[in-house]
Amino acid sequence: MMASIKLEGLEKTYPGGVQAVKGVDLEVADGEFVVLVGPSGCGKSTLLRMVAGLETISAGALYIGKRRVNELEPAQRDIAMVFQNYALYPHMTVFDNLAYGLKNRGFKRDEIRRRVEEAARMLEIEAFLPRKPRQLSGGQRQRVAMGRALVREPAVFLFDEPLSNLDAKLRVQMRVEIKRLQRRLKTTSLYVTHDQLEAMTLGDRLVVLNGGRIEQVGTPMEIYARPASLFVATFIGSPAMNLLPLGALLSGPGAASHGALLGDLPPGTGILGIRPDALRLEAPHGPHLTLSATLELFEAAGAESHLHVRLAGSGQPLVIRTAGQPAVAEGQRLHFHITRDALHPFHRETGRRLDDTLKTKEQAA
Amino acid sequence: MVEHRPLSQLAAHLILIAGVALVLFPVYIAIVASTQAPGEFLRGTLPLVPGGHALENYRAMWESGLSRAGAPPVGQMLFNSLVMALAITVGKLVISLLSAFAIVYFRFPFRLFFFWLIFVTLMLPVEVRIIPTFQVVADLGMLNSFAGLSIPLIASATATFLFRQFFMTVPEELLEAARVDGAGPLRFFKDILLPLSVTNIAALFVILFIYGWNQYLWPLLITTDSDYYTVVMGIQRMTTAADGDPQWHLVMAAVVMAALPPVLVILFMQRLFVKGLTETEK
Amino acid sequence: MQTKRMTFPGRWLPYALLAPQVIVTLIFFIWPSLQALYMSLLREDAFGLNSTFVGLANFARLFADDTYLDSLSVTAMFAIGTTLLSMSAALLLAATVNRMLRSRNAYTTLLVWPYAIAPAIAGVLWWFIFNPSIGIVPYALEMLGYRWNHRTSGNDAMMLVIIAAAWKQIAYNFLFFLAGLQSIPQSLIEAAAIDGAGPVKRFWTIVFPLLSPTTFFLMVVNVVYAMFDTFGVIHATTQGGPSQATNTLVYKVYADGFVGLNLGSSAAQSVILMAIVVLLTVVQFRFIERRVNY
Repeated sequence: MMASIKLEGLEKTYPGGVQAVKGVDLEVADGEFVVLVGPSGCGKSTLLRMVAGLETISAGALYIGKRRVNELEPAQRDIAMVFQNYALYPHMTVFDNLAYGLKNRGFKRDEIRRRVEEAARMLEIEAFLPRKPRQLSGGQRQRVAMGRALVREPAVFLFDEPLSNLDAKLRVQMRVEIKRLQRRLKTTSLYVTHDQLEAMTLGDRLVVLNGGRIEQVGTPMEIYARPASLFVATFIGSPAMNLLPLGALLSGPGAASHGALLGDLPPGTGILGIRPDALRLEAPHGPHLTLSATLELFEAAGAESHLHVRLAGSGQPLVIRTAGQPAVAEGQRLHFHITRDALHPFHRETGRRLDDTLKTKEQAA
Repeated sequence: MVEHRPLSQLAAHLILIAGVALVLFPVYIAIVASTQAPGEFLRGTLPLVPGGHALENYRAMWESGLSRAGAPPVGQMLFNSLVMALAITVGKLVISLLSAFAIVYFRFPFRLFFFWLIFVTLMLPVEVRIIPTFQVVADLGMLNSFAGLSIPLIASATATFLFRQFFMTVPEELLEAARVDGAGPLRFFKDILLPLSVTNIAALFVILFIYGWNQYLWPLLITTDSDYYTVVMGIQRMTTAADGDPQWHLVMAAVVMAALPPVLVILFMQRLFVKGLTETEK
Repeated sequence: MQTKRMTFPGRWLPYALLAPQVIVTLIFFIWPSLQALYMSLLREDAFGLNSTFVGLANFARLFADDTYLDSLSVTAMFAIGTTLLSMSAALLLAATVNRMLRSRNAYTTLLVWPYAIAPAIAGVLWWFIFNPSIGIVPYALEMLGYRWNHRTSGNDAMMLVIIAAAWKQIAYNFLFFLAGLQSIPQSLIEAAAIDGAGPVKRFWTIVFPLLSPTTFFLMVVNVVYAMFDTFGVIHATTQGGPSQATNTLVYKVYADGFVGLNLGSSAAQSVILMAIVVLLTVVQFRFIERRVNY
């Protein structure tokens, strides 16, 4: 059985008066993999725990499938959850850990055995079934935690930072595996992480949260290409997007030529965002800006390099990502080129993205 | 590690051997005394080596006790002590586990009030409220019964605190995982919390068993029927025999038998005993 | 006081879980204590038929009564003697055992088992050893020119009960001192050794001060033990004698109430004892709280 999830104006206020979630509306389609991402304290975990039924809902409504589940016990919501620290029952074998939820629901012994063995095969943990969690490595425990969610064949999977206790290499490996499993099972999934790369690679859609509110919802590429706010712009993508005050381009060397190109920026633009890979050493065809800057630090990272530079005139720091290893030396004065459409204009006060209104105007015209 | 010189190490061993000897001395004397013939003590001082009458002394005490001093057979008193100690231990463990579970895993009106109510029992040892407690037990018709020997002693603030402390260290996520897995409070208690508490329960069992076995004042007060005498209080009856000096060889046989069960518990479960002792006081 | 972040819903279940403990507490702890409080304000006639309200007269009479005041000082002496003797012996043994590597566990086992002996039995054991006619210690003392007789000498009797009570408590103190010693970082001892302090100096300038939380904690515990848990030692041996020399407060409550049947006075003594326990418990908890906050 599968189900959609619908959040309507969800709020969470703690007894002390602290508001962790300040009105969230979201719809997750049947079979969709949605990632909640944001810095710590943004309310993403609280939101997930509200969906799970581990936190009460202060205001708003929550639907799983067609049922309103606000007041239902976690066990009645047809969900399964993978916890950050796995929360495996330390005194039970792996088999019993997987079987516990089924036993509590009154499944027959044969059915329990069949499901546990199937999940164990899928996760390649058959050999560990008779062991206790303490005899397993971190990665193996993680698989058991996944298995416990799988055997239940729930309508919804909930993941609460399930990979954050693993080392970097295992994390990448498990990330791929989770994605593969979800593709195969097509179970609606809600996944919480603070790691933007994990979010980008896993999610069908991302929900970027900040301060208890949604900043932006969209596919990973939509969000990467068109961040809705300065917050999203700097949170998604690594190295982070460069932010330049418009004034830094309209003064100093080349200001005149810049002025001509930047004339059609939407009114109110105060800050321009530039992805580190949008700055090029070779001049592109067509209209573009050229910035001159001094190379302060050169980082070679194998397939790519990061150039930390300082803009001539304003002294603004910028980071540039290029493929391979360009022949440059620290201290050298360099020229970078950027096309007009690679600029992300943000409002000088609200920090919201502006070209959307520009586009709509163009479309209207 | 700072090295110790051989000479000072020798001195240290001597101190410890002297300490162990001092600790063992009274018990050695008791064992020696319990192996003597009846007339041995009339000749002045006590011999320092065991005599040859161990078997008959112990058998006499086990089977018939000291009827002249009003003490029933030691075998029977040991049984009474065992029943009382186990009832107190199991009773304390059960009601403490339940109340700690309620206090940690539920939020309900007057929670703090109940917590303090239990806490107060810590401050009211039976020794300071002897007469009214006796009165209550008498009014309830519990004199000369195992219920009277054990139930009034099973309220336990210490055990409740220990379990509360332990429950607070159980990861939150286990409870959450169990709830997602469909476990209600009682099932969570039985399937998750109890198995996780096994070591703590065992450690506390050792301490509480010794506590129960060694009860003295309480059985003294509420048992007048010798069928319910426990061994620790029974020995006192023997030493205050009406006609002059007690029959020491027999009394000491009873002392050895009375001390043996709790000592064996400590020796065989030393690790649990140390854990139980040091953690109940934290 | 905290609970878990998430708790179980339940209207009556928590009360049901608490019920056994609370019922036992109410019937056998709270109610009798209130009774003691009430009885301490009454005086019964000789037949126990009538009782009259006398206010604080029972308390006033206690504090005007020389035997009660004697009992106070006897208790103080007994508590101090027991605590000092037991703790110093335990500290010496623990500090010595802590030097050992291979034999540490063996010595520990040999030293801790007296914890299992009931105070009453400890009393009987030492009573027997010090028995003036057949005991082995009076025999030895006589050769040194001292005539031991706890049946007639108050001092001898006091010595006897202190030794018996302290002997049983050594195991407890030993374990806590050993745990305290083991929690002192070895690097501090090594630093002191490099600074040129010898073993004795190291003990008094480094180890002993760092041990002070344990020492203080044990002091409170030992005083509580000596005051309230040693009824058996005294009842099974001296019965408070000779001539009140070992009549501690707890023993006196029992003797005045059960033997003397002076219920009002016994109840007033109970109330005073409860006040002392409350005081000691508060001291202990204050201290423990501080220790937890480290």
